[in-house]
Amino acid sequence: MEKDTTQKLVEYFRAQIREDPDVASAVAAIRSLLEFLKRDQSETILGLRENMTKAIQRLEETDSSVAVSSGGELFLRFISLTSLEHPDLSQCKNVMIERGELFLKKISLSRGKVGKLCHTFIKDGAKILTHSSSRVVLKVLENAAADNKRFTVYVTESQPDSAGKLMAQKLHNLNIPVTVVLDAAVGYIMEKVDLVIVGAEGVVESGGVINKIGTYQMAVCSKAHNKPFYVVAESFKFVRLYPLNQQDVPDRFKYKADILKTVKDLNQEHPMIDYTPPSLITLLFTDLGVLTPSAVSDELIKLYL
Amino acid sequence: MGERLTTSTLLVTEEDEKKHEIIRAKGEGKELTKEEKQRLRKEKKQHKKNKKDDRGPPEKEKEKEKASVPAPSKPATQSPAHKAAPVPVNASASESPVAAEKPAKSKAELRAERRARQDSERASKQGKKEGGQQSTSSKPKATPNELQPVVKRLPDHVQVDDPVALKKLAKKLERQQKSGQGCSLNITGVKVPLRSDYGYKVSLFSHLHQYSRKNPPTQQISIPVTVIHPSIVRLGLQYSQGIIAGSNARSVALLHAFKQVIQDYSTPPNEELSRDLVNKLSPYISFLSQCRPLSASMGNAIKYIKKEISNIPSQCKEEEAKRILQECIDSYINEKIILASEAISKYAIEKISDGDVILVYGCSSLVNHILCEAFEKQRKFRVIVVDSRPRLEGREALRRLVKKGIRCTYVLISALSYILPEVSKVFLGAHALLANGYVMSRVGTSQIALVAKAYNVPVLVCCETYKFCERVQTDSFVSNELDDPDDLIVTRNGKTHLENWQTVKSLGLLNLVYDVTPPDFVDLVITDLGMIPCTSVPVVLRVKNVDQ
Repeated sequence: MEKDTTQKLVEYFRAQIREDPDVASAVAAIRSLLEFLKRDQSETILGLRENMTKAIQRLEETDSSVAVSSGGELFLRFISLTSLEHPDLSQCKNVMIERGELFLKKISLSRGKVGKLCHTFIKDGAKILTHSSSRVVLKVLENAAADNKRFTVYVTESQPDSAGKLMAQKLHNLNIPVTVVLDAAVGYIMEKVDLVIVGAEGVVESGGVINKIGTYQMAVCSKAHNKPFYVVAESFKFVRLYPLNQQDVPDRFKYKADILKTVKDLNQEHPMIDYTPPSLITLLFTDLGVLTPSAVSDELIKLYL
Repeated sequence: MGERLTTSTLLVTEEDEKKHEIIRAKGEGKELTKEEKQRLRKEKKQHKKNKKDDRGPPEKEKEKEKASVPAPSKPATQSPAHKAAPVPVNASASESPVAAEKPAKSKAELRAERRARQDSERASKQGKKEGGQQSTSSKPKATPNELQPVVKRLPDHVQVDDPVALKKLAKKLERQQKSGQGCSLNITGVKVPLRSDYGYKVSLFSHLHQYSRKNPPTQQISIPVTVIHPSIVRLGLQYSQGIIAGSNARSVALLHAFKQVIQDYSTPPNEELSRDLVNKLSPYISFLSQCRPLSASMGNAIKYIKKEISNIPSQCKEEEAKRILQECIDSYINEKIILASEAISKYAIEKISDGDVILVYGCSSLVNHILCEAFEKQRKFRVIVVDSRPRLEGREALRRLVKKGIRCTYVLISALSYILPEVSKVFLGAHALLANGYVMSRVGTSQIALVAKAYNVPVLVCCETYKFCERVQTDSFVSNELDDPDDLIVTRNGKTHLENWQTVKSLGLLNLVYDVTPPDFVDLVITDLGMIPCTSVPVVLRVKNVDQ
């Protein structure tokens, strides 16, 4: 019976992503969790929470990105943060569902907010370097273009999945001049660019970010050339991790979900993400505002404590 | 209110009521009538006269008047405030903004009198700076009144190179032994001893005290010691001889001694426990700081106790009040020290992975606890213990870890760059965490953090939240502790080269105790609230203040 419901959950999640490829995976996950909550049959609040936690774990197994994990945890906290003092379980559930809808509405708007904040940092005639394919960065560049700013974009290829080429196609459709460069050419191109903007899969407690592999390299290069390194991320990507170095990032985030399940020796596999420490990041643009890396911890404390 | 029978205290309550009245009147937008103003002035004059006869709680009133001089002379007023014992500073912090509203209505002559007094005092104190370190209990003073830039000066007991400050300190200690008796007894001759400095001091640190272990402060106390409680005398001796060392150990010993003091305390007639006990504790605290300067953790513990004591409701019976205070102290020790170390171990163990090589420095009770817990949880790691002269505290840490069965290596700090390439993590303890994110710890810690940073080894600092302090410091000079210089003298093969160092006029021996590490060198701070970056310490302080 349980397997059935979680199976339905995963199917719903996959369907969401299929229907709207532009939606952030975390938003899709939260929508599925909300549906799960509505259909849940448990008798007690504790049982409800347990089911939700199990559902989140199940979703993490499907899509092992940091954002799904952080979004799920924040969702759970947000809906249970209210006083659930009603004697009737169905009333409590209604309150939780209401708050869930509210949360969903808020985060659906967060990408727009980030876009609005960041596009003013792009000056006319700027040359921007970005990494792999990020929907938030796309939104930012969209806003800047709509503001009649002239700029050119360099995108890295971002192997092994060539996501950079996808990004170049999307930018081309927006009539923004774009060039695809090799991952190895980041150091070469750095002297030409004015600023670097990347997205994030997760923002950690120290103010660092977890993003597609190759981001750390780009950050080190931009620091060496004294170019500003900006990160754009929505607030539901804030996660309660504190990696000290690349080794310290948990394995469940480093590799794709299918690989984690099938492969025995992870040393043979190549990680899909890396960790960029806060000392290399200039500013973070989030829907909570423009933050320095040290302010991220402040915001996290507010969100989680 | 009816229980207070002394005239001064009666006047205090009346003053309070007047103040409330004034605030209410102001709030309603009414001007004080001429009669009311005259009445106020009369009260004040009488107040001052009574004070001169009865030196009961004099500091508070002097405080209030001086604080009621308008803003420009605020820097000068803060210094007589600092002269007073820590407790009245706390009370006056709330009263001075209130009292400051009255001067707008006082008469010019009173103001002129006060002005003249202030000018003479200010003239004698020119060119001194004062930090906010006055046994951390003056912290609340700083925060509410920071509307004007206040000249911060170092507290008196840290200004050793200024003879005027020394004289003031001696007078303060003398005053304390009298004030600690309340208004009943009048014992002569017993005073909180003023320890004299020993040996030539290096000029950069000449503003700090340097005592010799061979001259314990208790030599100057005569018997019977009726002002200072024997458990406090014992504690002071243990501090000055270095028998109790380490900031957790010192705080816990202090709290236990205070429990004993509270147990043996009996309220004198006509006094209230919540006020008198606090006054009784002040000479003890001065004595302890003469034995060895108070640590940040001790300062926070003392602040907590004083707050709890002054929050005792006045209708509480003595036995009940004592029981409440004992319980408070027990719960403080339990929550802030014991349970905190459990929480910190839990977070820290997540950061220890199999195959790790962990470097520790000196002997931190918290770090040792973490490593022992991790070992019990079957983590595979080995430890490198770094040690330094003259304290050689690493040997104690080594002993504890080896007893548990952990594989250890022992090096002196000079071999640091040699072994660092092998190390995967550095765990450091802290004496205090300052408000700007700097870590104050045993001397040598910042060196270890610096070299670790150069080798890209993550540095983790473990610190309980009760050691967080509101002070700000960017270097290790302004506020530190100088240990006995004779400790640096060593005898090898029967020869002691530095035996007669005092005869060489240009030679100084420097035995520093603490240093500060900038937050850029620290990757992670593990506290009982969780893992935070070093720059988030003020956030935690803010959250804690909101809780209180």
